Amino acid sequence: MFDTRYDYGGDEYILVIFNEAMDLETNFKILAVRQEIQRRNIPGVIETCPANASYMVHFRPEVMHPDRLIRELKDIEQVVQHSGALRSRIVDIPVLFDDPWTQECAQRFADRHQDPSVSNLEYLMRINGYSSKEAFITAYCDRPYWISMVGFVPGTAWCYRMVSPDRAIQAPKYLRPRTDTPERAVAHGGVFLCIYPVRGPGGYQMIGMSAVPVYDPEERLPDLRGRYILAEAGDRWKFRPIDMDEYNDIQAKVEARTYRYRIIEQEFRPSLYLQDPDRYLHRLQEEAEHA
Amino acid sequence: MLKVIEPGLLTTVQDLGRFGWYHIGMPPSGAMDNFAFRVANLLVGNAEDAAGLEITYVGPTLEVRQETLVAVTGAEVSFSINGRSVAPWQAYRVTPGDRLSLGNITRGARAYLSVSGGIAVQPLLGSRATYMLGRFGGIEGRKLQAGDQLPLAPLGETSLKLAMLGRRLDPSLLPTPAKELEVRIIMGMCSYRVKDESLADFLAATWEVSTEADRIGYRLKGPTFQFKGGEQPFGAGSDPSNVVDLGYPVGSIQIPGGLEAIMLLNDAVTGGGYTTIGTVIKADLDRVAQASPGSKIRFRSVDIEEALRARQLREARLLRIRLLLGLCDLAGELGQ
Repeated sequence: MFDTRYDYGGDEYILVIFNEAMDLETNFKILAVRQEIQRRNIPGVIETCPANASYMVHFRPEVMHPDRLIRELKDIEQVVQHSGALRSRIVDIPVLFDDPWTQECAQRFADRHQDPSVSNLEYLMRINGYSSKEAFITAYCDRPYWISMVGFVPGTAWCYRMVSPDRAIQAPKYLRPRTDTPERAVAHGGVFLCIYPVRGPGGYQMIGMSAVPVYDPEERLPDLRGRYILAEAGDRWKFRPIDMDEYNDIQAKVEARTYRYRIIEQEFRPSLYLQDPDRYLHRLQEEAEHA
Repeated sequence: MLKVIEPGLLTTVQDLGRFGWYHIGMPPSGAMDNFAFRVANLLVGNAEDAAGLEITYVGPTLEVRQETLVAVTGAEVSFSINGRSVAPWQAYRVTPGDRLSLGNITRGARAYLSVSGGIAVQPLLGSRATYMLGRFGGIEGRKLQAGDQLPLAPLGETSLKLAMLGRRLDPSLLPTPAKELEVRIIMGMCSYRVKDESLADFLAATWEVSTEADRIGYRLKGPTFQFKGGEQPFGAGSDPSNVVDLGYPVGSIQIPGGLEAIMLLNDAVTGGGYTTIGTVIKADLDRVAQASPGSKIRFRSVDIEEALRARQLREARLLRIRLLLGLCDLAGELGQ
């Protein structure tokens, strides 16, 4: 068992590592810890940044001595249980898998890939033991993904497939990172899926394109006005495979600034999930469909 | 209003930064040399957080369209008003039609231009700072280009502002950009994954700032690192430098592949999956901001108390500057 590490991140951050391995139970606890930090309204705390199995607190040391803050955070760790309810939205993300744009990009950076003879999607499929694209995409999208962390650049969400670790889909990152990735590329690295919010460098295996943006600095879409990004730690994203026609339809709505995301607010109970993940997810899915 | 005639190499609108949004991946941005930027504002009678310009390596030419006060601080750079060379770290009154020109930076990396009342672009999430990677803040989230028009706040209490003219600072209070610098660091975070010899090498080595050095971070050239090894945790990735993705503080140093060291700065990526080994203390980031490619950096490990004392000393220096400029008196500062 890993002992929680409390450490200074310079004089303005405290880093708390709960676990070295990715683990949903740990992530649930971190979100509960963040709720408690917010509830206590600790003087000097600027914000709490939850990550996959760790979190950071940004604070003003003139107001709160770092060692006092660490004592308070240790107290919170003891008090907080993950069994409380979390606010969690379920968001529909339409994705065109096996799209031409990410394939073109993969060809440009073929020399940095483990197996440039096949597409990133085929590579991911093969190393995870799937023989048909359809079967892989169906399996890939059959569960919601838990947003365990937001960061890197605005709106990047680490999406963790809600299955037990032995059923995880895994992939290595590129041998050397690319210097370019299309905006909205859907990609997989390690045990995480992410959608690139902006065009830029990247190392994840690219397998599709999201029809909807996850970052909107120009505030074009009504649902992102004033908040700029789609993701929130503790949300669940449900990826839905679409064809090129639907992709184009949605893109047209995004361009016309009329696209509305399908978002359903739910209360998520980690304890029920941990007791029986499949059953609880099924129940939440049914509730969402009747909402 | 200030009209941009020549933008310079990389000139952006900055303030002290955008705080409270790190958790969505939005870094603070803001002036890299926080001290020089705050002094620039004080010189023209502004609050320290008013928006000004950060100028990198090659300065801009601007045309004044509205009466105001201006001052230049930070890196060494030639500064002229209507072709007449004037000294930095001092306020000047300018009127419509005047031309402000900054040349090439000759020492350091970043100069600051402040204007009375500040640059009045629309604040986003509480700040006017430009974050280029996220196309956010400042002027359309980008660097300045020729033809841009920078809105200025009205001059305000003119007599009060004009009183700033001619006020100078004791040169001993002003930093000199250095090509070789010692930077204090609090070691830790994921450093327990790295071999002790490598951590000792890190502190013993002289690191060179590479040409990949921008507002996001500086890539440093120096020795490589070895990891203690063992089985990688689930979800971390196969390389020993990989960890399950976590937060990166501003100022933190990460070692991708163990092959290089990257120091994250104001436009940091806020998190990721590389081992971090420590964080440079806040008070020393001003000097880091003035380190150009080829500069040499040595790291000295300090404890939290020394980092906190360094912060206090820096604030005390700013208080002395406020007193010298007549912006406050000691009685007021002590709350009497």
